Amino acid sequence: MSAGPFEAALRARRDAGGKCLVVYVTGGLGDDWLDTARAVAAAGADAIEIGVPFSDPVMDGPTIQAANDLALAAGATPTGILDALRGADVGAPLAVMTYYNIAFRMGLERFAESLVAAGVSGCILPDLPLEEAGPWLEAAGVAGVEPILLAAPTAPDERLPEICAVSRGFVYGVGLLGVTGVRSELAASAVEIATRLKPVTDLPVLVGVGIGTPEQAVEASAHGDGVIVGSAVVQRMVDGAGPEGVGELVASFRAALDAG
Amino acid sequence: MTESANAPLQDPSPDGRFGDFGGQFVPETLVPACQELEREFRAAWVDPSFRADLDHLLAEYAGRPSPLTECHNLSEEFGCRLFVKREDLNHTGSHKINNVLGQALLAKRMGKTRLVAETGAGQHGVATATAAALMDMECCVFMGEVDVARQELNVFRMRLLGAEVRTAMSGSRTLKDAVNEAMRDWVATVVESHYCLGSVNGPHPYPWMVRTFHEVLGREARDQSEAVLGAPPDVVVACVGGGSNAIGIFSGFADAPTELVGVEPAGGAAIGRGVPGVVHGSVSYLMQDEFGQVQEAESISAGLDYPGVGPEHAHLSASGRARYEPVTDAEVVEAFQLMSRAEGIIPALESAHALAWISRERASLAGKSVVMNLSGRGDKDVAQMMDILS
Ligand SMILES: Cc1ncc(COP(=O)(O)O)c(C=O)c1O
Repeated sequence: MSAGPFEAALRARRDAGGKCLVVYVTGGLGDDWLDTARAVAAAGADAIEIGVPFSDPVMDGPTIQAANDLALAAGATPTGILDALRGADVGAPLAVMTYYNIAFRMGLERFAESLVAAGVSGCILPDLPLEEAGPWLEAAGVAGVEPILLAAPTAPDERLPEICAVSRGFVYGVGLLGVTGVRSELAASAVEIATRLKPVTDLPVLVGVGIGTPEQAVEASAHGDGVIVGSAVVQRMVDGAGPEGVGELVASFRAALDAG
Repeated sequence: MTESANAPLQDPSPDGRFGDFGGQFVPETLVPACQELEREFRAAWVDPSFRADLDHLLAEYAGRPSPLTECHNLSEEFGCRLFVKREDLNHTGSHKINNVLGQALLAKRMGKTRLVAETGAGQHGVATATAAALMDMECCVFMGEVDVARQELNVFRMRLLGAEVRTAMSGSRTLKDAVNEAMRDWVATVVESHYCLGSVNGPHPYPWMVRTFHEVLGREARDQSEAVLGAPPDVVVACVGGGSNAIGIFSGFADAPTELVGVEPAGGAAIGRGVPGVVHGSVSYLMQDEFGQVQEAESISAGLDYPGVGPEHAHLSASGRARYEPVTDAEVVEAFQLMSRAEGIIPALESAHALAWISRERASLAGKSVVMNLSGRGDKDVAQMMDILS
């Protein structure tokens, strides 16, 4: 099976000997979130996750929760965000990150089709575990969406290849026991999950959750293919740094990863 | 009486479904913990020593069996024969203790050292804090800021019992948000913590396990009502938040020709106003907007102020075995006072929902025998009622 655009971008980075950088941007947060996404791409992110706010984000810590609430209060909706993305050339492949009920409510087929129509390649649903993923994997497969699955530190060894077998785009190694948010130190589990995933898959292995600084990004990607940075970037958005300020932060991650 | 075509409540399918509802929609991090919990629960439930320990605690610590009281004064006023199952007389003041003692024993058996819980009215939090004190476990209870204010007494009780109470400041700052915070805590502490969920919602195996721990009250009520009536009652009524007290009493009568009625708050009527959705681990009816954002419930009763409902109730509603009816806050305030004055029993505001429906439906209930689950006592609500009534 040929890789979709999201996976192709990450493979290209890896094949060139680099480390992948995927950045999370909260959709609908401020009037300039789309410009922020463009700035993130221009600053060297290989691909971008657009967060579609959900009322009850159980895998998210205070930063992304607050961003969600701000966006929802400003009237952000899944269809509004996807409409904004349609035809907007952001400059990097996109995935949507949201919770299962957003897809379930719209209907899985319709949701998958609406992602494709908006030019979104991949989709991450952090409250949809492997056992419940069947209907979504099927809908995503038919529409041509890359379903990106998570692999947690608590997973027994035999579970990891099962997850990798159905994940597309990359496999999302959860870096710690906990929800999204910046931590002062990188958890040992971040390196462990990458080390456990690498031998069982050829998919790009990225680690996310708890990667808040360029130094942590370098450390976490040493044993895998790269990182996902979320809360640190979203905090900048909430602080009003604007596309330029967020772009600067992303550039510092890119530079650190390139320097190794 | 005609032979009943009704069946006992069923166990869920291997994938945790009651009909189309249920499942295990949790972050990957929690999947092994949910699977382990199911294995351990199955093993414990067929282990005579676990059952003996639980039965002993239920009898000697919680005070089971609870009586079934005939309410002569209200029966006369309504024109029916009304009995109430006295879960208010259990230790800690509600049915919640049945489930908590079961889960705490199970957590101990699994080697967990810490209990995490959510609470709305504080009754489940108090029960969990109590079990943690008894079994020498750490306890952390999440409670929405709005509920911390309106159930102040229970907050103090939990702290007195040695539990840490953390205020949930997100969203509607009520039960839904306390569940979110408890799940976030569990994701981070899953190695040492057991999530002691307080109702029949959540991911598989919780809806089934919590029901099983509450079946004791249904069995008792069946035996007690047949001893007086010589047959099962015509109608069984209970309030529904997540639905644990209701499923407990329904379980005793599901195979009888008894009508089962769940009473929801009009402002939190997941079955009455909801459509299927997925939150907190299972597919069930859910109050949500057209995009799938969960709506905030609005009820006078902190324990029922929840936009979802346990998946087995969704199934019982869809299959027609039980029906679910809304009552308004005003009707509940009325019923709270009615029961206090007529019977000398101050009910929990949650339980007063069941009475509010009976009171409203008195004409259609005339001549019938009715068993209501009095899920808890109203001491915790007295301060709130002082404000409302003055
Ligand atoms: C006395 C009492 N009854 C009922 C409930 C609602 O829960 P459930 O629907 O699970 O019985 C509560 C919850 O706090 C309660 O305290």
